[in-house]
Amino acid sequence: MDSLVFKAGGWLALALVALLAAAVAVDAPFAVHMLIAAAACLIALWATVSRADYGALARGLLKMPADEGVYDDDPIRWGVIATVFWGLAGLAVGLIVALQLAFPALNLNLEYTTFGRLRPLHTSAVIFAFGGNALIATSFYVVQRTCRARLAFPTLARFVFWGYQLFIVLAATGYLMGVTQSKEYAEPEWHVDLWLTIVWVVYLVVFVGTLVKRKEPHIYVANWFYLSFIITIAMLHIVNNLAIPVSIVGSKSYIAFAGVQDALTQWWYGHNAVAFFLTVPFLAMMYYFVPKQAERPIYSYRLSILHFWSLIFLYIWAGPHHLHYTALPDWAQTLGMVFSIILWMPSWGGMINGLMTLNGAWDKIRTDPIIRMMVMALAFYGMATFEGPMLSIKAVNSLSHYTDWTIGHVHAGALGWNGMIIFASVYYLVPRLWGKQRLYSLRMVNWHFWLATIGIVFYAAAMWVAGIMQGLMWREYGADGYLVYSFVETVAAMHPMYLIRAAGGALYLAGFVIMIVNIWATLAGKVREEKPMTETPYNAAADRPIVAQPAE
Amino acid sequence: MAENKRIDEATGTSTVGHEWDGIEELDTPMPRWWLWTFYATIVWGIGYVILYPAWPLVNSATEGVLKWTSRGQLEQELAADAQRRAPVVSAIATTPVASLPGKPELMQAAVQGGAAAFRVHCVQCHGAGGAGVPNLYPSLTDDDWLWGGDLDSIEYTITHGIRNPDHGETHFSLMPAFGRDGMLDSAQVADVVSHVRVISGQEKPSRASTRGAELYEANCAVCHGPAGEGGREFGAPKLTDAIWLYGGDRASITAMVDNPRNGVMPRWGGRLDPVTIKMLAAYVYSLGGGEALAPALAAAGEGQGADGQQ
Repeated sequence: MDSLVFKAGGWLALALVALLAAAVAVDAPFAVHMLIAAAACLIALWATVSRADYGALARGLLKMPADEGVYDDDPIRWGVIATVFWGLAGLAVGLIVALQLAFPALNLNLEYTTFGRLRPLHTSAVIFAFGGNALIATSFYVVQRTCRARLAFPTLARFVFWGYQLFIVLAATGYLMGVTQSKEYAEPEWHVDLWLTIVWVVYLVVFVGTLVKRKEPHIYVANWFYLSFIITIAMLHIVNNLAIPVSIVGSKSYIAFAGVQDALTQWWYGHNAVAFFLTVPFLAMMYYFVPKQAERPIYSYRLSILHFWSLIFLYIWAGPHHLHYTALPDWAQTLGMVFSIILWMPSWGGMINGLMTLNGAWDKIRTDPIIRMMVMALAFYGMATFEGPMLSIKAVNSLSHYTDWTIGHVHAGALGWNGMIIFASVYYLVPRLWGKQRLYSLRMVNWHFWLATIGIVFYAAAMWVAGIMQGLMWREYGADGYLVYSFVETVAAMHPMYLIRAAGGALYLAGFVIMIVNIWATLAGKVREEKPMTETPYNAAADRPIVAQPAE
Repeated sequence: MAENKRIDEATGTSTVGHEWDGIEELDTPMPRWWLWTFYATIVWGIGYVILYPAWPLVNSATEGVLKWTSRGQLEQELAADAQRRAPVVSAIATTPVASLPGKPELMQAAVQGGAAAFRVHCVQCHGAGGAGVPNLYPSLTDDDWLWGGDLDSIEYTITHGIRNPDHGETHFSLMPAFGRDGMLDSAQVADVVSHVRVISGQEKPSRASTRGAELYEANCAVCHGPAGEGGREFGAPKLTDAIWLYGGDRASITAMVDNPRNGVMPRWGGRLDPVTIKMLAAYVYSLGGGEALAPALAAAGEGQGADGQQ
């Protein structure tokens, strides 16, 4: 009883502190954020009080320890639902900003809905909310299974989930209210950054704690990738967000770095957000879900060791390629480009290990739409990690940089690799987590696969054309030696490509809606009557016993 | 560990002997093409960092065998371009802008250069191709000039700007705010507007316009001319044609008489070199409304909008 009073009182005290901060806040967005934090504390208070087992407390019973014989899957189930929810939000906002680029009137002349505010809402929602929830959920799932141990620190694991959702809400509402550090993929202001730091360190504690508890002699390769993701993101996040707030109760802060040092720190962070958020932990997902779904062993243990260490060593140096032909000194540009190109094969090591794991099960591409998604994810991963080193070459970069080619490159990776592997993993997880016989419909998975694939092709092709066209128009000189086009003429020329891009995004979103229907029906316990994805092969001629022929 | 090794049936490869949640790993050697490509990129990288600036030292960085720098490359390219353009640039520099039409090749080069500079510095207000923005910025494609449409006047306007408060040579004039400052009451403003709409052929004469004509004579004619033909000395627009910078309907004209806009344009004299300004003047002149056109260029089909008025 004492501990219950202590916990409830603690939440109440935190809520009051947040309310006080809201009352003395120097700007409205900070006050709104503190009110959100107070509301979160009150919800936690309500959950603490309403879920307490008063009967047991009255009888003076000690709380039963959790059953170590089953995996702790509650936070993973919430994580899967959060992944789908934020995914829908992120993709929908993505479609809106794509349409805003084609039709500026859709900015609606409201400060809250301008492209400048919705664009970070889109990128953060898909990367950190959709991708991040998928990573936290799958990492908790995979680390338990491959360690054969129940999650360490169950309370902290729940704190990680709910704390991360609070981070997402604070970041998203901040963007809409115009609160931003103006650092790409690191837009949230100092108070939100501090909160994420706390959540992330707790995440590390839960993950490492579970690794320590493991019953297996060795740590599986997927967990190397997850661990390097958690550690490196903590380092990147803290260094890039070093800032001094103007007021301790205000949302504005100034970054510790200035000028080209700030640019280099930002792109060291920005590129490694791509590396250690969108590549490394997604390879961890690949290393668990592909062999499980294909029921095949990993292709090469040696390759996994070499490509893991070379990947994480090389990636961290590649950031300066975002600053070619800028004030950044030439030597840093050279190193950024050289490390990017050496990175090519280490990146492809993951693709090879994923695809070749299907050795002996290639027929499943025909029969299993989830395998099909995994193969497509790996194909896009391979394509994006070839395109990346290519774009980092200075001569190519001088054409591609600042154009929509970069947008196309990012989305080939994000929609093709990250999106597809998340979809495949969620389809794998849902029946297992909720104890269902199978998904509601495999044919709907197939529809999702095709809508998403065609959507990506439209998107990437439109952006390649738009980007290369724009780059060529910018550098086009007439016979007299003068530039031929003004900037606005290149924008006008890209309008048709922007329409095709939005159409591709709409197809991708449509596939996602089908996924939501499918998962919803699966959770409701329905199973769709449908034709199987493959006919059962039957060879009548071979289907009979060998009868020994009498000797002649 | 080794005792758990087995040969995988489908591939004929041995497993490593570990197993996690049913996942095993094969002991396949790394693909040779993968390994050799990896080595090749490393070798290439070593070569590249020897050739180009790469390794940070205490005060600077290794320069690289090629001694290449991005600033050096830019300087070379700029110098090469300057050298290529030198004959044309020096010819334009020594030719007064009014004499350019007499040298068709030079005029052609100036128009091309001006078009490029226009796309960078001028399109933001005057629009692509100098089409202007309705009710905001004048079109440069017609022959309705506020401050003069011959080459000298255009060059002067670009160099010194319009209504730059801190610049003595700028074009300057201020139309009085007849309504706002109470010089005319609202009925009188309405009468003057009626007169302006009559002389621009938008309304039939009426009793109001007759009253307005007298007010016009007393208040407006000194700048806009007795018949509304405009006065370039003051940048006072012509009121008898269908071209209206800020709108020709009753409400727009009333607004201008009440509280005129007195639009501004930056001066480019300090920001662009004289040759670029000459080129810009030649380009704007060639858009359609250039005045006192040289016959040679008119024959070439440039600037058919010239009406010869001076």
